[in-house]
Amino acid sequence: MNPFSVHGPRNLRGVIWMAVAVVVVAGGLAMASLLPEGSPFHASAFVVSLAGKYLAYAMLALSVDLVWGFAGILTLGHAAFFALGGYAMGMYLMREIGARGVYGNASLPDFMIFLSWKSLPWYWWGSEHFAWAALLVVAVPGLLAGVFGWLAFRSRVSGVYLSIITQALTYALMLAFFQNGLGFGGNNGLTDFKDILGADLHAPLTRAVLLVVTGVLLAASLLAARFVVASRFGHLLVAVRDAENRTRFLGYRPDQVKLLVWVFSAMVAGLGGALYVTQVGIINPGEFAPANSIESVIWVAVGGRGTLCGAVLGAILVNLGKTLFTAWLPEFWLYGLGFLFIGTTLFLPQGIMGLLRHVRKPPAEEVTPEVSDTQGGEA
Amino acid sequence: MTGDLLLDVRNVSVTFDGFRAINNLSLSLRPGEMRAIVGPNGAGKTTMMDIITGKTRPDTGTARFQGHDLTRLDEPAIARLGIGRKFQKPTVFEALSVTENLLLSLKGIRSPFAMLMARQSARERERIAHLLQLTRLQDMADQPAGGMSHGQKQWLEIGMLMGQEPDLLLVDEPVAGMTDAETMATADLLREINRTRSVVVVEHDMDFVRALGVGVTVLHEGAVLAEGTLDEISADPRVIEVYLGR
Repeated sequence: MNPFSVHGPRNLRGVIWMAVAVVVVAGGLAMASLLPEGSPFHASAFVVSLAGKYLAYAMLALSVDLVWGFAGILTLGHAAFFALGGYAMGMYLMREIGARGVYGNASLPDFMIFLSWKSLPWYWWGSEHFAWAALLVVAVPGLLAGVFGWLAFRSRVSGVYLSIITQALTYALMLAFFQNGLGFGGNNGLTDFKDILGADLHAPLTRAVLLVVTGVLLAASLLAARFVVASRFGHLLVAVRDAENRTRFLGYRPDQVKLLVWVFSAMVAGLGGALYVTQVGIINPGEFAPANSIESVIWVAVGGRGTLCGAVLGAILVNLGKTLFTAWLPEFWLYGLGFLFIGTTLFLPQGIMGLLRHVRKPPAEEVTPEVSDTQGGEA
Repeated sequence: MTGDLLLDVRNVSVTFDGFRAINNLSLSLRPGEMRAIVGPNGAGKTTMMDIITGKTRPDTGTARFQGHDLTRLDEPAIARLGIGRKFQKPTVFEALSVTENLLLSLKGIRSPFAMLMARQSARERERIAHLLQLTRLQDMADQPAGGMSHGQKQWLEIGMLMGQEPDLLLVDEPVAGMTDAETMATADLLREINRTRSVVVVEHDMDFVRALGVGVTVLHEGAVLAEGTLDEISADPRVIEVYLGR
């Protein structure tokens, strides 16, 4: 087997290495944040929330790579699933505020009182329970992706047409969430969160735990994604990506194949969005902006499409670059991002992962696969 | 009579934008038979295959396979019934290894959920080893299919067809672009396959058709012009006029 094949042993080692690295870095930063402020190793609350944000974005990138890298679906609307997961978690966090809001109403969030609503809309029912919120975080993006994907893939919509309708999906959701009447806080979104599961969201310990949880869930998602793409289903996924028609004549239904990975990917994105909200402290319709989805595609391209690890690496590095760049030359960031994308496309078509492969030559025994002499008997 | 036929296409017509691609065509095949189909470009050979495999729906006429109405089924359903198809341009999954290509083709699991958990069984390993031997690709087993020669891809695709264990194979121009030696080896391979399965071969190469030594159907303008042995149809003045004589 091609040692660099995503189904091969080298990719597995890379994924495990990356998963461990993510947990170790998240754990290290979390511990450093609990050190006294005078310590030279102290990590500030700003650094911790920044790291949490990067890791949440890495989950979005991972979900994009699953569908773009392995199923060939260039999604330009994946931030919609991320934002929906964020809103589902945001609803729970709003309810946790309870009577501590500006209006002191224990059952209605502030923005509903502002709109003189008398009771919670039905879709807010149960949102005070963390378990229900945790379910919605993956169920809502999964359900939307299921309906959208079922319609699109059955009708054999693909390529640039599919990209355009994913973009339209996230744009439509953005416009809808801007409406006050929808019941999600209009253009202010959901914010002013106080607690999660009774723990103060602003306490260093809570933030440290949230960072570790994000790292662990990112690592788990990475391993789950690797399991999917390395399975026989993953082989079929690549087959559908490269020669969809051929799979039909082998008796497979490509629409079902794409739907399964699409829904799984949306759930990973939703989980990322939920973790994002707990650490960033706000979710508003701006998260649905088409530019966010496009940016997530750039992260994957920079890291290396179809490698899983590359998506995580790309999301973290590009966002780190964004943080540094916007502090230094804020008005030029978009140009920088544009040049990064063009440069990657022209000079690093396989992204950072492709560059790493080039630098690290494969060991000899993996280059020349052994030829087996033993053959199966007559059938 | 219908009960004895494996494939029974009757009075089928298809029109694309006013162009009658298939005109009242009938074609039948007995179980175990191999048939060569020849005809000039535009005679309707590929459209006929499209109808049998569910890619195109006929405007009129019937197409039955082992009693199933093919005009009501889509491509995956027909493939699962036991009709395999090889396209003119070899289409293999280039990013996957030869073994992985064969594994995906094997008759068996087709549900995406089941495929998430599927592990290669001893029987599957045996089947793959046999197919590698049949297609003489043992040495390439772990190579990505994208790096193989044109002829090797053709053979891998035939191996994948065999993996489906179809009762009927439709093979579209298998020797286009092959060397003379590869062409004769492919004829041997198809005859070998025909020992257990029915085959329909579309081919332009008359040496190849002669090497197959099977019945020939000549298509012209979407209908059957003549049927018989290669010598019979070679002597048919109508065939000479539209095809062989040119």
